[in-house]
Amino acid sequence: MRQLIPGGRSASIRAIGLLLCTVVGMTIGLGIFTFSYAEGGSYFSSDPKACVNCHIMRDAYDAWQKASHHTAAKCNDCHVPHDLVGKYAAKAENGFWHSKGFTLQDFEEPIRIKEKNAALVQQNCMTCHKEVVHDITHLGSAGDVTNHCIRCHGAVGHGPTR
Amino acid sequence: MSNAAQNSSRASRWPYVVAIFGSAAVTLGLAALLLNIRERKKEGEQHYFSLSGIDENISDPEVWGRNFPRQYDGYLRTVDNERTQHGGSESLPPSKLDADPRLKRIFAGYAFSIDYREKRGHAFMLEDQEKTERIAKVKQPGACLHCHSSVLPLFRFAGNGDVMKGFENVCAMPYQQAHNMTGADGKKLITHPVACIDCHDPKTMQLRITRPGFILGIQSLANSTASLPHLTSIVQWRLDRDAKRPKAGDHYDVNTMATRQEMRSFVCGQCHVEYYFKGEGKLLTYPWHNGLTVDEIERYYDDLKYRDFVHRETNAPVLKAQHPEFEMWNQGVHARSGVACADCHMPYKREGAVKISDHQVRSPMLDMTRACLVCHRFSETEMRSRVDLIQGRTKQLSDRAEAALLELYDAVKAAKEAGATEEHLQDSYKLQRRAQWRIDFILSENSRGFHAPQETARVLGEAIDFARQGEIAAMKAKRK
Repeated sequence: MRQLIPGGRSASIRAIGLLLCTVVGMTIGLGIFTFSYAEGGSYFSSDPKACVNCHIMRDAYDAWQKASHHTAAKCNDCHVPHDLVGKYAAKAENGFWHSKGFTLQDFEEPIRIKEKNAALVQQNCMTCHKEVVHDITHLGSAGDVTNHCIRCHGAVGHGPTR
Repeated sequence: MSNAAQNSSRASRWPYVVAIFGSAAVTLGLAALLLNIRERKKEGEQHYFSLSGIDENISDPEVWGRNFPRQYDGYLRTVDNERTQHGGSESLPPSKLDADPRLKRIFAGYAFSIDYREKRGHAFMLEDQEKTERIAKVKQPGACLHCHSSVLPLFRFAGNGDVMKGFENVCAMPYQQAHNMTGADGKKLITHPVACIDCHDPKTMQLRITRPGFILGIQSLANSTASLPHLTSIVQWRLDRDAKRPKAGDHYDVNTMATRQEMRSFVCGQCHVEYYFKGEGKLLTYPWHNGLTVDEIERYYDDLKYRDFVHRETNAPVLKAQHPEFEMWNQGVHARSGVACADCHMPYKREGAVKISDHQVRSPMLDMTRACLVCHRFSETEMRSRVDLIQGRTKQLSDRAEAALLELYDAVKAAKEAGATEEHLQDSYKLQRRAQWRIDFILSENSRGFHAPQETARVLGEAIDFARQGEIAAMKAKRK
């Protein structure tokens, strides 16, 4: 039957298939454009500028440039784990919630660090300063959730709290 | 074609339908996301359009507002009336005299016993002054306009260009005459309550001090020996002066020497202060020559033998405190930590990506998230309960102090009825003056103790002691 009507049904299927491919291609193209317009690639880097793509972080970024740690640590050094898998897992999780909040504008201000991320920061303090804090963590209460390093050293990352 | 074949060809259409609608939905979402990203990026850009030229002669905030619409929006909202538990910023606001009838006795013999109300927002200040019975029923000087109006054009006109000279001339005029003065173009010079020009330089928008009362007051404060560790520019100026460095000049000049952060309090201190009208010229004067505390100001008045009024019930020469918010802030932990008035009363806020200070100046209790929680990382409930605790304790102490003061009045009256002379009662009068001054200082200060809790408690504790000592002195006088 197909051979009886040359170019008939199979040709129209092919045309529809082609059209659909075009539509899907357009969607992919639009997606790629949106991704690059949103500077999506920058989020895979460790450049602090990526964090101020989103203007909510401007205060934190500006303050970090004035704070003591700006010569020693970038955003990622304190805010995501240092191992490869943990780093991108944290980026993915926080990236999702940040994008959702920023797009829908449904977050509370002033923005505050979540418990999980605060623990992460604490872990990173202790990783870099392990020689200094060894005695405190073993003999004292540093690292306890009620006694994070930044409880006293709150200004090192983003300057005085204000 | 068989039915089965037809069915199978219908079924085989479904993937196409799903693909079409699916990719349409994804494309739609992507386009929406793209536009959202674009919108956020646009927010991140900052634009400034100068639409109207502004200069020293334009006091109308509406004209400034064309260039600074975000700040002007906030300024306009100072007409809003939201009340906090204690005061806060209605036709005329509620009467303090009705809320606390003891005040009628405390201010007996003075205009404040006629009309004394809660404050309202900046936008109302001129209207409220025009309407208060203290102005309508009692003759007042032009000095009052120093703070209740955008007064610079008047000062400049009355002083032929010299603001300081104009300030002196206007202070000496009757209130109505000064209020109705017209400029060279025949238009009234007093048209607006305090506005943009009173705190901002029209060219640079830098904060600046325009009020002669404060410029002179802070000079005398810098010249004093009062300890002011938190006012760093005064500390520095004193060091420069003592080392005879030329940059010290011959006086502390607030507009060139104060730090930016100090200016964020000083502009408020231009008016939210204790003051009196000096001499026949009714020259508005801030009594900071010995320092800013209640005792240091009292010493200044005592040395001058100054009194605001003679108390009608007892005949004691007493003082009336105005609204020493700036003085009390200086005694508190926030000042000591470098927190300015504007940090809590005009907290930073975000509009899109633009960070501005909120020009709806008001009680921090009405916007605790921005005012308190930025530094104090606790819940709003926790912070509110801390403030309530401080203000509640202040209220308890001030109630006791007022009660003690009224009993002092009664003791003096009883002594007089028993034949005690003015001479016998001098000790009692002195103690009444000290107690009354302290109680009034706390009651007329608009923070109910919050600006400096421990200092407030100290002042009220002294007040209770002086009032009771005065009562004993009156009882002794009775026996003489």
